[in-house]
Amino acid sequence: MTDGTADPIARTATILEEGLAAIAAAPTSEALKVVDVDLLGKSAALAQMKAAMRDVAPEQRKALGQGLNDARRALEAAIAERQAHFDATARREQLAAEQLDLSEMIVDATVGHAHLITQTREMLEDAFIGLGFTIAEGPEVETDWYNFEALNMPVGHPARSMWDTLYLDAGEPETILLRTHTSPVQVRTMMRQEPPIYIVAPGRTFRSDTADATHLPVFHQIEGLVIDKGITFADLAGTIEAFVKVLYGEDRTTRLRPSFFPFTEPSAEFDMTTPSGDWVELGGCGMVHPNVLRHCGLDPEEWSGFAFGFGIERMAAQRHGLDDIREFVTNDIRFLSQF
Amino acid sequence: MKVLHNWLAEYVPGLLEHPVGGDPDALGDVMSSLGLCCEEVIGIGRNLDGIVVAKVLELSPHPNADKIQLVQVQAEPDGEPLQICCGAFNMTVGDLVPLATLGTTMPNGMEIARRKLRGEWSNGMLCAADELELGDDHAGIFILDPSLTIGAPIVEALGIVPDAVFDLDLTPNRPDALSVIGVARDIAAKLGLSFVLPAIDVAESGADAGTLASVRIDDPELCGRFTVRVLSGVSIGTSPTWMQQRLTLCGMRPINSVVDVSNYVMLEYGQPNHTYDLAKVPHGALGVRRARAGEEIVTLDSQSRSLDERDGVIVDESDVAIGIAGVMGGESTEIGDTTESVLLELAWWDPASISFTSKRLGLRSEASSRYEKGVDPDIANRAAWRFAQLLVEQGASLHPGELVAEGNAPLRVNVDVRTARVNALLASELTTEQIASYLEPIGFASAPTAGPDVLAVTIPSWRPDSTGEIDVVEEVARLHSYENLGKTVPKSSTGGGLTERQRDIRRLRAFLASTGASEATPMAFLAPGDLEDSGVRADGVTVANPLVAEESVLRTSLLPGLVKTLGYNAAHRNVGISLFEIGHCFARAADGGLPVEWEEVGVVLGGREARDAVELAMRIATLVGIDDVTLRNEPVGGLHPGRSAVVLCDGTTIGVVGEIDPEVCARRGVHERVGYVSFVLGGDEAWHGDVGLLSVPRSDRVYRSISRMPSSDIDLAFVVDDSVGADELAATLRSGGGDLVSSVELFDVYRGASVGEGRRSLAYRLRVQASDRTLTDVELGDLRGRLVDAASAAHGAELRA
Repeated sequence: MTDGTADPIARTATILEEGLAAIAAAPTSEALKVVDVDLLGKSAALAQMKAAMRDVAPEQRKALGQGLNDARRALEAAIAERQAHFDATARREQLAAEQLDLSEMIVDATVGHAHLITQTREMLEDAFIGLGFTIAEGPEVETDWYNFEALNMPVGHPARSMWDTLYLDAGEPETILLRTHTSPVQVRTMMRQEPPIYIVAPGRTFRSDTADATHLPVFHQIEGLVIDKGITFADLAGTIEAFVKVLYGEDRTTRLRPSFFPFTEPSAEFDMTTPSGDWVELGGCGMVHPNVLRHCGLDPEEWSGFAFGFGIERMAAQRHGLDDIREFVTNDIRFLSQF
Repeated sequence: MKVLHNWLAEYVPGLLEHPVGGDPDALGDVMSSLGLCCEEVIGIGRNLDGIVVAKVLELSPHPNADKIQLVQVQAEPDGEPLQICCGAFNMTVGDLVPLATLGTTMPNGMEIARRKLRGEWSNGMLCAADELELGDDHAGIFILDPSLTIGAPIVEALGIVPDAVFDLDLTPNRPDALSVIGVARDIAAKLGLSFVLPAIDVAESGADAGTLASVRIDDPELCGRFTVRVLSGVSIGTSPTWMQQRLTLCGMRPINSVVDVSNYVMLEYGQPNHTYDLAKVPHGALGVRRARAGEEIVTLDSQSRSLDERDGVIVDESDVAIGIAGVMGGESTEIGDTTESVLLELAWWDPASISFTSKRLGLRSEASSRYEKGVDPDIANRAAWRFAQLLVEQGASLHPGELVAEGNAPLRVNVDVRTARVNALLASELTTEQIASYLEPIGFASAPTAGPDVLAVTIPSWRPDSTGEIDVVEEVARLHSYENLGKTVPKSSTGGGLTERQRDIRRLRAFLASTGASEATPMAFLAPGDLEDSGVRADGVTVANPLVAEESVLRTSLLPGLVKTLGYNAAHRNVGISLFEIGHCFARAADGGLPVEWEEVGVVLGGREARDAVELAMRIATLVGIDDVTLRNEPVGGLHPGRSAVVLCDGTTIGVVGEIDPEVCARRGVHERVGYVSFVLGGDEAWHGDVGLLSVPRSDRVYRSISRMPSSDIDLAFVVDDSVGADELAATLRSGGGDLVSSVELFDVYRGASVGEGRRSLAYRLRVQASDRTLTDVELGDLRGRLVDAASAAHGAELRA
């Protein structure tokens, strides 16, 4: 292919020219690897010429060395470029071969859902946590003392008729019951913990009510309790307004109307404004009755406080346009998976 | 409780002229702001211009409609017949009916115009009572008294006085507001008007009452006071129209002239009362005592009732019961058409006693509901005069003399009220004088005390709910108006947040939802037999007074409710769904006292098998950070006996896992395999006991150093008898390797001829690692040998070739 007697400089040029042609002509990546070995391998012409440098006249050596290096670099660059071309083509072909229609995939998008009541409860809890409250819990089966007596309703108190109570076949008749409100948790907290107390008590409650669109025998309440030094009725009104604004937006306002609960005095119902400017009732509240504080071992001259409470079902139904709260206990998956 | 605007105005002069008091809607808001929650204001007899009395001349079918008839009416004394199309059929020719003439605007705002109905002209509208706001009757056209004048405006013909009905939802602490005067007193105070009880002047005649009747109280606790008056010349007829109208508007049915007066006085003064036919009460002698057990009485409704020792009765001179105190009178002394003289009884009964008896007998009445909340013990005298006045206006005569027997009526209560206390609780800056001025108009008389800024307040007799300083604080707040008290937010010094347990429950719920399970909240009540049918522990607590039998047993497990829920969904063709619940369960206490209560999480995996349940159980354990969880195969109530295990943590059972017994599923209409996992949550010693899934708080976890040295895996497959638990072998391998084994994972189970009947191959991958060096091949070989020996020694396990 080459002439051993020719001028080595000219020969180098020829090798380069022929080499570049061979690289350009290599049809595949594999063929290019063969060309690579032919041109740049240990037994290739360039390598042999480099090995024979000592036979070259000293005055030519520098120029020849330079020429051989240049040729080698040029060939390496051409091979790399040719290889890059093959790589790009291969990648293009692979991607084309792997193309999928993602829109035709049959997939299961099922995720589970927390119950709407739980979601609402957690939203309420978080709102109160932001106001500096902790969450208190307690048993659903209670004694008459925690559910009524400690709450200023001794046995035979007429106000007990405000709650249709479910009693259990346990202990003496009508002494053990399903809590009719979460207020026993307030009592337990006051008895266990020194004030200051800032808690909300969410949970299941029970009444002897026939289920209809707005009543359930088992439902959820959230009640708040604050006991501290110097707590006033204004603190109650302000706290109600604060959490309503957190839950419903800054544009809402609230008002308190006189009402009656045996465990608070003064007692009130609290309303909030709707976007259309009407008032809608949310729940009941009041200043903790001195007798309740005394029952829990607190001196009403030293401590004062307020409590409030409302139904979680009603709030959830209101927020999501539900007109029959029985849906909450039917547990139809078509309902559960909506929220 | 319903009260009428005009009736209130009789006790609050100037009410109707007052800018707020004269506007029924505004007045309703005032009542609500006072705690007398006004649910509805119903206008009466307003906007009736254009409605006249008309006579039906002829009735004929509408040629083109079945549900409308053509009515020819005469609407002026000598007027021409007018044709009206009418959808009611209750009138006959000659009846007088109300006609809304053309151009009339009805109370509901509808305008009456001449129009064609199915091709026939209608020249006005015949009206039902409710369309005129004269009652709630919409059954047909209002048929009028035949003596009325044709063409007369209805307002004049019926003597209608425009009025408004306030429908109040009262709280049980305000028995005083169960009367016109009670409501009047409150609104007068609020509006700054005066509340006036007019003097009653009735002429007395005839024999002194003391010669005609007597009264005696044998039980002074039961009856605090018993007042009797005697009236003669009574004729039983109908009461005046105005009285009937007021009673009707207040929701009571007019009966006769005496009963109506009785009810009228009760509504007005809040004092229930009862009349006896004097002729039927020997010597007019009345006594009060407790009933004897088993004593019988026939009450006004002709029912024979057996009495209890706690019931109160009124007796005659021979000690025979002639009435049940405060609940219902007896038939034997009932007034009737022949009654000439009546004994009028006005009493104060012990509220608890009346409450007991009315509940026991299932007899709730307007009277008993007032007595059980507490009637004003000092109102009887005035109410008796009012009764006499109204009956004398109808021709009766009042005998001189009021007979009063005294029992232990409640005494007036005095409380000291500190101005500083009022202001401290209400965040107000009221002066002692302002406080006194709020209290005085509602009858809370106050006087200065020796202490500065302390008032001695006398609670009025009509407020049995008020007994202490705090009650007076509420009155001040009410009259000052809640709206005028400020709004401040107290600064919590405690810092809000969730407990670790609460955070873990939220994490658990979010995790379960992420696995595709949805949270269900079945009711905690089950039907009798549900526990047994579900195979779960049957020592459930029963409800003593369930509303329905289907909701009379408390669950001992979440399983029955969750399977029922799967069944409900299966019935709606939704199968293969997973549900979970986090809720309380209950069981009878060993001593029969306060039941045991605990919190569980339960998961049902519809259409999935035990292995899915096991995987989920293990992932839950990992989630909450328990790593020493083991399973022990054993039958679990409600689960498939061959596919169930208890989950142990450190040797203690904290849950169960497996598949629900197919028979339990089938009973609830579930016809697929259902995987089940449940854990007791625990982690709350305050009331739940500590043991359970959440018993290891995250904060107790201590960092274990992580080796940076290279690790190796040793794979070992053993053939063991089926009786050897995979967990037991894993435990042996773990302990046999000491500190060097960082994990043991079962990765293959094989049964087949090559391993023999009753045996299986269990393949484990052990990750081994030293904390301080790279293990050499020699060390690894030694370890492998020790592990094989340990498995063989402990379980007879053969290394599989």
